[in-house]
Amino acid sequence: MSAAHTDDNPAKLAEQHIRPNTGDGPVMLQVSDLHMAYGAIRALHGVDLTVRQGQIVTLIGCNGAGKSTTLRSISGMCKPQRGKITLEGREILGLPSHAMVRLGMAHSPEGRGIFANLTVEENLELGAFARRDKSGIAADRERALTLFPRVRERMKQMAGTLSGGEQQMLAMARALMARPRLLLLDEPSLGLAPQIVQTIFKIIREINAAGTTVLLVEQNAHMALNIAHFGYVLEVGRIVMARPAKELAASDEVRKAYLGGH
Amino acid sequence: MADFFQTLIATIAVGSLYALVALGYTLVYGILKFINFAHSDIFVLGAWTTFAGSTVFLTKFGYEPEQSPWWLGVCVLLLAIFVCGLTGYLIERFAYRPLRKAPRLNVLITAIGVSLLLQNVGQLPGLALVRGPERVVTKPADQLTDREKSTNPEIAGDTATIREPGEALATLPFGSSPKRAPTILPDAVLNETVVASGTSKGGAKRGVIVLDQAIELVPDRGYRLEIARTIDGQPRRESLNLAVEPGKYEAGVELATQPRRNPADLDGARYTLVRDPLVPIRLLDVLIVASSLVLMAGLQVLVFRTKLGSAMRAVSFNVDTASLMGINVNFVISFTFVLGTALAAAAAFLYAMKYPSLQQPASGVWVLLGLKAFVAAVVGGIGNVRGAVLGGFLIAGIEFFGARYISTELRDVYVFGLLIVVLLVRPNGLLGSAVREKV
Repeated sequence: MSAAHTDDNPAKLAEQHIRPNTGDGPVMLQVSDLHMAYGAIRALHGVDLTVRQGQIVTLIGCNGAGKSTTLRSISGMCKPQRGKITLEGREILGLPSHAMVRLGMAHSPEGRGIFANLTVEENLELGAFARRDKSGIAADRERALTLFPRVRERMKQMAGTLSGGEQQMLAMARALMARPRLLLLDEPSLGLAPQIVQTIFKIIREINAAGTTVLLVEQNAHMALNIAHFGYVLEVGRIVMARPAKELAASDEVRKAYLGGH
Repeated sequence: MADFFQTLIATIAVGSLYALVALGYTLVYGILKFINFAHSDIFVLGAWTTFAGSTVFLTKFGYEPEQSPWWLGVCVLLLAIFVCGLTGYLIERFAYRPLRKAPRLNVLITAIGVSLLLQNVGQLPGLALVRGPERVVTKPADQLTDREKSTNPEIAGDTATIREPGEALATLPFGSSPKRAPTILPDAVLNETVVASGTSKGGAKRGVIVLDQAIELVPDRGYRLEIARTIDGQPRRESLNLAVEPGKYEAGVELATQPRRNPADLDGARYTLVRDPLVPIRLLDVLIVASSLVLMAGLQVLVFRTKLGSAMRAVSFNVDTASLMGINVNFVISFTFVLGTALAAAAAFLYAMKYPSLQQPASGVWVLLGLKAFVAAVVGGIGNVRGAVLGGFLIAGIEFFGARYISTELRDVYVFGLLIVVLLVRPNGLLGSAVREKV
């Protein structure tokens, strides 16, 4: 997108493109100055982002921009070298992934992370692994299965036999079983037929409407910006744009680079 | 035919023990995808704990092996499980966990290292846990050798008394003792039949029994006379051999016995005449098979019917995603290790009870047993719980039937030969399948 603008003063550029996420709700997730390297390969160079309660925030960018690494750092799957991550005001950087679930965060990972050697039902139940409240689990299970009726039809099947779309639905249903306050979704549309992508995004909206805050990583910028409240654009490990989703969708730079625009 | 059934019984008993050990290999492989070569040494450790533990307990509680109460066996079993479980936990925690993210080959080499470490620690001379009776020698003071002088003999006048500590019956670690595991589980032949009863005439001195009924003594079957006795308030059965030829005997006939000094064998004492079964079924074998089956069924329920079992299978499929479910992966891995080692400990305990005269556990015999269980796990399909059980019985079958009907010397050859054949024909094992992931 560097070709798209003529002003090359970086400070002015940042001012122009990066605006704080000033919504109504309290801050749910705050990431500041996140640096992450895999060995000598630096993936993130100081990422800052804010997710407010009740929002869908999307993180868009090309392959290898560092979107998944950002999510993985937030949920404790990789250990950033520097930075600060707070969830509802609580410092969570350095905590193991399994502890995050208890703090109200669920992460549906890239590639869906379905346990192919378990049945669909067992996969679903593992989503509630950290919980003890039986009646609450049963209620959430019913809610998840109402959102994803296809999953209900396949309960006794081995999860590895599901189609890609069904696996994605199972992954999201499973994440909901943790009753998260913050749901991290990594490329839910990857490799799915357009019709199924529509369904998935419709359901993400429903999940959000029911009170779950969502941080959505997507390559399908069009769909993601369509449902999100606020959007971040990540390029080679840096946030280069941050604006309300509608403004991003309308901006020339984003349209040219990510929406296949004209 | 009797041979066939006896071999079959041995196959089932030993096969269930192989299966228990194989389950340990397969559980660890299922989760961490590497062969825990130290597992056969854990099995050896379980055998040693059984040898030493039963010796120490018998000495401390003052029981003879034959009259030890049932709870002593349970105590020794729990001790073996505890010692092996703890060792398994420590190995995983300090040897394997730091290498969780390292290439698999590094972990494999570490496993071989841990195995060698355990073997060598096991052979250290060791500290005596219990000793036999003190040896006291008295000899003229002027005939003492230099070595005897160095032991600080008590000299009273012309005679010297040398006190030597008793033989170490159990040491920590293995050292070279004990050589033989005391049998502390009850054992008896279950299916023997009482064929007649009789009365002693003249007691042990004369050694004659008068029969109540007519009987026929068949050749090739063992017979013995049993008499009830009370020793230290405990009812016991003593047996006595007949000294007569096979054939038909009428009621009231006097049968000669091989007399033994027996305080209960007085004139008029009552005897029963017991015939050995064609295929003896021993209580110990029944105990072994029953406890193995209970453990295997328990494991099956644990892995496939509980939340923790789902977590284990999830970790085995993908560690990272499992942790996203809120599963404490380190806990699940430690638990799996402890579970596997506990099964090996139980198997070692039962094996030591079945073969008490097997050489001391530091010998290669025991390590070989662990290796055969590894073959069982691979043959069944490593990583597959049901495969390990199938493999255990299969390996025992080929070993025992081969030894009985072809050649005893080649018994290990059949086992490892089967391994080669299975690896050539079905490299994933009989029940193993290459899991393909849908993208």
